[in-house]
Amino acid sequence: MPSFVITEKCDGCKAQDKTACQYICPHDLMALDREKMKAYNQEPEQCWECFNCVKICPQQAIETRGYSDFVPLGSSNIPMRGTDSIMWTIKFRNGILKRFKFPIRTTAEGSVEPYAGKPAPDFATLKQPGFFNGPARTE
Amino acid sequence: MEKETCTFSYCQRPEVTEVECDLLIMGGGMAGCGAAFEASRWANEKGLKVVMVDKAATDRSGAVAMGLSAINTYIGENKVADYVKYVRNDLMGIIREDLVFDLGRHVDNSVQLFEEWGLPIWKKGDDGFSLDGFQAAEAGKKSLKDGGTPVRSGKWQIMINGESYKVIVAEAAKKALQTNREATGMAQNHFERVFIVKAVMDTNGKNVAAAIGFSTRENKIYSFKAKAMICATAGAVNCFRPRSVGEGMGRTWYPVFSSGSGYAFGMQAGAELTLMENRFVPARFKDGYGPVGAWFLFFKAKATDSFGEDYCTNKEYFDDAVARYGDYAKGLGTAIRNHLMMRAMKDGKGPILMRTHEAMEALGKEFTEKLGEKEGKKKMKHLEAEAWEDFLDMAIGQASIWAANNIEPDKTPSEIMPTEPYLLGSHAGCAGFWVSGPGDLPGTPEHYSWGYNRMSTVPGLFMAGDVVGASGHKFSSGSHAEGRLCAKSAIAYILDHPDYKPSPKMSLDEIAAELYTPFEIYEKHKVYTTDPEINPNYISPKALQLRLMKISDEYFGGCATWYMTSKTMLEMGLQKLEMLKEDAAKMAAKDLHELLRCFENYHRILSVEAHARHILFREESRYPGYYYRGDYNKIDDENWKCFTNSKYNSETHAWEFKKVPYVQMYP
Repeated sequence: MPSFVITEKCDGCKAQDKTACQYICPHDLMALDREKMKAYNQEPEQCWECFNCVKICPQQAIETRGYSDFVPLGSSNIPMRGTDSIMWTIKFRNGILKRFKFPIRTTAEGSVEPYAGKPAPDFATLKQPGFFNGPARTE
Repeated sequence: MEKETCTFSYCQRPEVTEVECDLLIMGGGMAGCGAAFEASRWANEKGLKVVMVDKAATDRSGAVAMGLSAINTYIGENKVADYVKYVRNDLMGIIREDLVFDLGRHVDNSVQLFEEWGLPIWKKGDDGFSLDGFQAAEAGKKSLKDGGTPVRSGKWQIMINGESYKVIVAEAAKKALQTNREATGMAQNHFERVFIVKAVMDTNGKNVAAAIGFSTRENKIYSFKAKAMICATAGAVNCFRPRSVGEGMGRTWYPVFSSGSGYAFGMQAGAELTLMENRFVPARFKDGYGPVGAWFLFFKAKATDSFGEDYCTNKEYFDDAVARYGDYAKGLGTAIRNHLMMRAMKDGKGPILMRTHEAMEALGKEFTEKLGEKEGKKKMKHLEAEAWEDFLDMAIGQASIWAANNIEPDKTPSEIMPTEPYLLGSHAGCAGFWVSGPGDLPGTPEHYSWGYNRMSTVPGLFMAGDVVGASGHKFSSGSHAEGRLCAKSAIAYILDHPDYKPSPKMSLDEIAAELYTPFEIYEKHKVYTTDPEINPNYISPKALQLRLMKISDEYFGGCATWYMTSKTMLEMGLQKLEMLKEDAAKMAAKDLHELLRCFENYHRILSVEAHARHILFREESRYPGYYYRGDYNKIDDENWKCFTNSKYNSETHAWEFKKVPYVQMYP
């Protein structure tokens, strides 16, 4: 379902050189109207509905609306992504409400030390199976 | 027709930046991130420069951009040789067993790293039920590396809480690239929003000297000169007309931003392709294309026609499939299951239903029997959350479709449907380049290995993930591991060729003019008509894409013909494709976003052409359920149990085809 931007909530990420949604959209869909200082989805029919713009928006100004060619109106699906988990609020067309919370990561954001505690590469093994941090399995 | 050129008489000349490095990684998805992680570690020791270029933001780029609810390849307690057999069965008997085995013996290393970096992985609780990543940690369950037991949804799959899977993997890759900057003093080695569109050959006539790209944010062109390159970009989507042609065109199963750029890059370089006739047509929840794997394997749901019959056990359909496709039909791989489903649909027995409600009821009963009323209910609640998470982690729109249609999976079954075709080499498909294997495995035939693991037939050009042919079922973890294998052998290649200095055949001015031609065309002609959208002098990228999709759909076996094609249909389609290729040189772009779309389309066209010509070459129906040759609707092992390899000459546009022997290495 293509993402849409709520006029009242979007501030065009005015402190940044580009908006958060422009930064993250994998398909380069989000654009900024510099006169209005409001973001918008410039190509809704190419939206994969990955929700990355929805999740990243600092103003919670972005939601999605069902693809017009097959989704009936009236429901909503809204995530709140925190640092270690994500909460989903799903409202059915008939009013049923479901809430789910799932883990997203077990370490602090930015804490990955890719080579900490890992062996140095052994160039004698460069052309053999295995990676720098261990041999390939054998059976 | 007059050929359009760019002399910057109308559009602005871009700034051109040359970046010199030792190893260039194209694509920042799972394979690219794996390559950056492994390569930097080796490169740092020798002062080699590693650069990664991504057309999007690496945190959320590639096929895992949305997240995933499972890792589909984790060997664990299984045997690598059994993994080879499973892949061979699913891909109808023809795979590069050396590549698949090599992947299998390496993949777990990557999965264990993901967990170390912070990916929550489900574990089996003491009561036999599943614990999510947090519950497992609270219960003191061991990590996979230390022998922890994952929750298997199938023999090879493990369940994860994967909303941030890509963010986590990207973090490790970005940090790795940072260590390489520190080791080499490079100012920048991670380029986001730069789209690589063209391979420029070396004056030596062998290597690719430079990869050319442009920024999608500013008027800037980049020429990346490298001693070795890893092509780690995605397969090709939106090549065939999708089932939804309005807003829903973007809701493809595989990411809509996969535009075949890696196929195009290798083809421009003259790298040999293999099995480009292969494609993937997944059967998924209708319209939202939500995953069915967990429903089949984990929740044990059954899919039937609307009369409750399991179409896979229909005697008429099955006997006919065996008559046409032999023992392959008995293996009931993904293609054959698709085929049997389509038989039922064509007989008007649709819609096909995933009987989620019956599966949930059976599980509820089992839970109550095992745990009593109260605990059983609690477990059911957890199970319901697991079912929703399966969508919310990786196909969020499917959850929205359930909500919009008032579908509660424990009460109502859901429709499933075969999608439009996709070209890819990492999921259940194997269209891609012919690459060298590791060479050390017993029984490797000579023609499988030429020195450097995962190197294409172009020296110094390596392939990882979706663009490697004849080796599917890698999925996210396998693509990461394959990126790492590529990185290692690319480093070896660079160290073995210390004297090689890239010398591109094209000047920077020529390159800039070629890349900005769509701007020049637009600016030159836009005022001729009152509405720039309708202009006889050019074609918009959107219009061109729709034309490509219509040709593919109607002539090359898309949904329109129930995936049916033939020699006569292919030949007519190829004629139309020729004109489309000519017109593609008249694509116009009004801004950088459209320039991106123009080049994605050039890449899609090349991918589709390779696909169609390969289907034409292989005179049998090797992949029923994915596509059919109506004129040869059977599997013909005697003539076609072989690889079909091709080479495209980007200067003469000539194609060469040949059969390459398949060798069975594992019983």
